Amino acid sequence: MIPSEFEYHAPHSVAEAITLLTQYPEEARLLAGGHSLLPMMKLRFAEPAHLIDINGIKELKGISEQGNVIRIGAMTTESELIDSALLNEKCPLIPAVARLIADPQVRNRGTIGGDIVHGDPGNDHPAVMLALDARFILQGPEGERTVPANGFFLGTYSVGMAADEILTAILVPVFASSTGYGFNKLKRKTGDFATAASSVVVQLQGESCADIRIALTNAGPCAFRAEAAEDLLKGQVITDALIEQAAQKVMAACEPDEDLRGDAEYKTHMSAEMARRSIRDALTKAKG
Amino acid sequence: MSTSTEKLEREEKLEGIGCSRKRKEDPRFIQGKGNYVDDVKLPGTLFADIVRSPYAHARIKSINKDKALAVPGVHAVLTAADLKPLNLHWMPTLAGDVQAVLADEKVHFQYQEVAVVIADNRYIAADAVDLVEVEYEALPVLVDPHKAMDADAPILREDIKEKADDGKGAHKHPNHIFTWEVGDDEATTQAFNAADVVVTEKMYYPRVHPSPLETCGCVASFDKVKSHLTLYITSQAPHIVRTVVSLLSGIPESKVRVISPDIGGGFGNKVGVYPGYVTAIVASIVLGRPVKWIEDRMEHLSTTAWARDYHMTGALAADKEGRIKALRVNVLADHGAFNSHAQPTKWPAGLFSICTGSYDIPVAHAKVEGVYTNKAPGGVAYRCSFRVTEAVYVIERMMDILAQKLGIDKAEIRRRNFVKPEQFPYHTALGWELDSGDYPKALQKVLEAVDYDGLRREQQEKRARGELMGIGLVTFTEIVGAGPSKACDILGVGMFESAEIRVHPTGSVVARMGTLSTGQGHQTTYAQIIATELGLPSEDIQIEEGDTDTAPYGLGTYGSRSTPVGGAATAMAARKIRDKAARIAAHLLEVSADDLDWEVDRFKVKGVPGQEKTMKEVAWAAYNNVPDGMEMGLEATNYYDPPNFTYPFGAYLCVIDIDKCTGEAKVRRFYALDDCGTRINPMIIEGQIHGGLTEGFAVAMGQQMPFDEQGNLLGNTFMDYFIPTFVETPFWETDYTVTPSPHHPLGAKGVAESPHVGSIPCFTSAIVDAFSHLGVTHMDMPHNAYRVWRKIHELGLDKHE
Ligand SMILES: Cc1cc2nc3c(=O)[nH]c(=O)nc-3n(C[C@H](O)[C@H](O)[C@H](O)COP(=O)(O)OP(=O)(O)OC[C@H]3O[C@@H](n4cnc5c(N)ncnc54)[C@H](O)[C@@H]3O)c2cc1C
Repeated sequence: MIPSEFEYHAPHSVAEAITLLTQYPEEARLLAGGHSLLPMMKLRFAEPAHLIDINGIKELKGISEQGNVIRIGAMTTESELIDSALLNEKCPLIPAVARLIADPQVRNRGTIGGDIVHGDPGNDHPAVMLALDARFILQGPEGERTVPANGFFLGTYSVGMAADEILTAILVPVFASSTGYGFNKLKRKTGDFATAASSVVVQLQGESCADIRIALTNAGPCAFRAEAAEDLLKGQVITDALIEQAAQKVMAACEPDEDLRGDAEYKTHMSAEMARRSIRDALTKAKG
Repeated sequence: MSTSTEKLEREEKLEGIGCSRKRKEDPRFIQGKGNYVDDVKLPGTLFADIVRSPYAHARIKSINKDKALAVPGVHAVLTAADLKPLNLHWMPTLAGDVQAVLADEKVHFQYQEVAVVIADNRYIAADAVDLVEVEYEALPVLVDPHKAMDADAPILREDIKEKADDGKGAHKHPNHIFTWEVGDDEATTQAFNAADVVVTEKMYYPRVHPSPLETCGCVASFDKVKSHLTLYITSQAPHIVRTVVSLLSGIPESKVRVISPDIGGGFGNKVGVYPGYVTAIVASIVLGRPVKWIEDRMEHLSTTAWARDYHMTGALAADKEGRIKALRVNVLADHGAFNSHAQPTKWPAGLFSICTGSYDIPVAHAKVEGVYTNKAPGGVAYRCSFRVTEAVYVIERMMDILAQKLGIDKAEIRRRNFVKPEQFPYHTALGWELDSGDYPKALQKVLEAVDYDGLRREQQEKRARGELMGIGLVTFTEIVGAGPSKACDILGVGMFESAEIRVHPTGSVVARMGTLSTGQGHQTTYAQIIATELGLPSEDIQIEEGDTDTAPYGLGTYGSRSTPVGGAATAMAARKIRDKAARIAAHLLEVSADDLDWEVDRFKVKGVPGQEKTMKEVAWAAYNNVPDGMEMGLEATNYYDPPNFTYPFGAYLCVIDIDKCTGEAKVRRFYALDDCGTRINPMIIEGQIHGGLTEGFAVAMGQQMPFDEQGNLLGNTFMDYFIPTFVETPFWETDYTVTPSPHHPLGAKGVAESPHVGSIPCFTSAIVDAFSHLGVTHMDMPHNAYRVWRKIHELGLDKHE
């Protein structure tokens, strides 16, 4: 329960942090909220020789509206997401998810950036990012690039960014009219990761479904979208029977690992159930 | 003449028995000013950390300490080889077995202690632990206790293999620890053969861990000049620890001082002696410096004493009306690698023979067989008297199952079989004398409070709609307050309890007891007992426990002993003081002691209004004006050996709604009626009941210590091990009846464990009840969403159209 020795750095700018990352390739890790990294260090699963604390970098904080996009600094904590009036009004899915993450202690430190980048299939923000069709701003020694969430999550603890890059901000679209969301999460208790969770965003055109994204947490090696289920619903008037067919497609896409939360069969069924509930919730909200 | 209101006012001022006085210990706990073992900071302290086995069963080929010793700041690395010359590489257990302090040639369970590193600080110690190189040769692992006595089962305990044919116990196999039988086997068989109806059910009570908030730890400080050892330790039984430490180390008991400071919960986990304690003591003796050892949560959950792990088969024989004719219970007990079961010496399955419950059962037979497996040692009484939780679980489950078989309501089947109020004291078929009770009254009160018939109607309607709702019911009887010393001892010391009370000249009091509060609020309640007995305000009464240099010898706090035994000792010591005080008062008032009446806080001369002396006045006189020939002072000690156990009881009812899609079970209502006899502090009782119900909820709904086939413990963190927060915890409704114990000086019975013992089968009863119309008779704990969903899925109830 005691990490191995490390050197602590506290840069004040992104540029400074990137310099440190390039200075200690392989040996350095960024420290955000620490709620994924520190437990791993205490168990000595992670033993970085250099810990670069980015909590002092002001440019990584803050939530702002830029046209029809909301920009969320990577170092924004879960508690800040929950308290954001802007998000609650224009992208309420994010605060809804943050409220069900861990406990107040974790939410006061844990950041949206760390949650996304860590690549843990049990983390909730990755699926949310997929459902929202978010984009990530990454900064590295060569400069800045923007990548879509879709395609960013590659596997367990594996995401599409280089070791010397920093996630600086997340861009999410402001909810258009006739758009609804649903988030349902089954967990054993407060403070537990999801046994299964599903984030859904749906956009209606009249009665029928113009667009839908169904994303899943902890149902495979990383967060993913159940595209076959989405295809089935797009352009349709969504009925109970169609939701049921979509749920079957969700099940077919799941490949969860067995653990004490349950075996693969249970988790697959629960993923479908969370998707069903989220689709229904999203439809209700979209209909206003 | 004193009016009755004036008398009442005086009585209220005392804040004695019956008063919901605020807990004296809370101000320091709430302000974070408690003093726990890890808060003990002595100059020059070194820190211990433990090298643990990754294997559940392996031979140790070699241990290389060189790299660890080379780390600056490391003072020593101890292994079994180092402890051997001191004969401390093994230690005795409470159950008469031995346990390895540090693994001697073999490891027997995952995370077993293999070596200990002593360093300047915890950080260096942790680094050095990583550098101790241990070479293992893996051995076949025994996880399933059902296979422990197979001919080809791996033999675990080579150290005592010889004992298999030592002729003492009939050991069937080297992995067999004991077989314990009680009751009339033949008569039971006859009753079963002759019965109209027989029900049998197999059930598993999973291995769970008490997991107190504070993990275990100690600071051992040996003074080489005085040859004196001070041990600060998280122990529920400091006096027994002193005796054990003295016997093991050879240091005279008078030169061992054990201090248990504030304890962050024990729940049976902190009764025994752990290897970490022994190694810290040895290290302190060898190095002449204080040595601190504090485990982390994973070490705590993985290696310190767990509870239960009973594979039980219950059977009831009855007539067509559901009147029970006989009970039979067979148990296979998984004790882990060393038998460190917590028990009074004569009871290898504790007080399991209370399994006849609250019912008038003419004949019964119980058999418990204990075996070794490659798991951590334990088997303690997790918030219950020794093995009483298991006993109550099996009988309460069987009552439901019998009711179901006969189509009789589960409240009615209990009513038909209760020991009746007029039958007390009642002798059970398995040898106990139930002291007092009124079971029908308790049950009736609960059924009326929750509108039982209404709930059953609602359930009918829900079932018709395909919804799952369950009603659980339990009417339990506990056995607590061990105990008569002729029946119970620990390592040869009889299970009495003690109290020593000193009244100072100004009328304030210091009292010391041999028990130790681990959250029960002794400082508050013991003072209330003395306040009522002596007529001195509880506010002026100071209670001290936990320092063996000052407190009288006692066996400690567990098995709901404190009020039944320690509380009795306190009352008896106070009464000795009052007797002496009466004689002093008589002297002061120049009458005979027989002419005095005791009233609340004073002695009054019979029939002469105004002629009186308060206890406070008597206290002053005790130090300057006593009758000729009387010793000065006002103090007394009592060692109380109870004539019998006490038998608290209760009736619990639980309503659960189950989500058919996820398996989540929501406790909608939980009504707990407890009868613990005389109630000393109703608020503390309620608090204890809330805590016990919450722990019971945790056990029933989520706690388990699962192992894989290689004996790896899965889930030794609070991510997996279920500790409910206020978010999960149901709302508790409490109620009571009062049936005093006839043999206890105050009529009190003990209460803090009842809610744990009684609630667990109640949750199971409710869960099973939700499925009982579909022919389900039993479901094993934990009733987490996953396991409940498995049943739903198996029954095809989760079909989506
Ligand atoms: C008890 C408990 C329960 C939890 N339950 C949930 C849950 O239900 N759902 C959920 O989503 N999460 C859960 N978490 C995880 C929690 O949300 C973490 O805070 C989160 O996963 C990581 O964010 P962090 O800011 O703490 O990152 P850290 O732990 O500091 O870092 C995580 C990783 O990301 C890297 N990193 C961090 N920020 C950046 C950046 N800006 N650019 C590049 N790399 C970066 C770090 O180097 C590190 O490798 C739980 C955690 C705990 C302790």
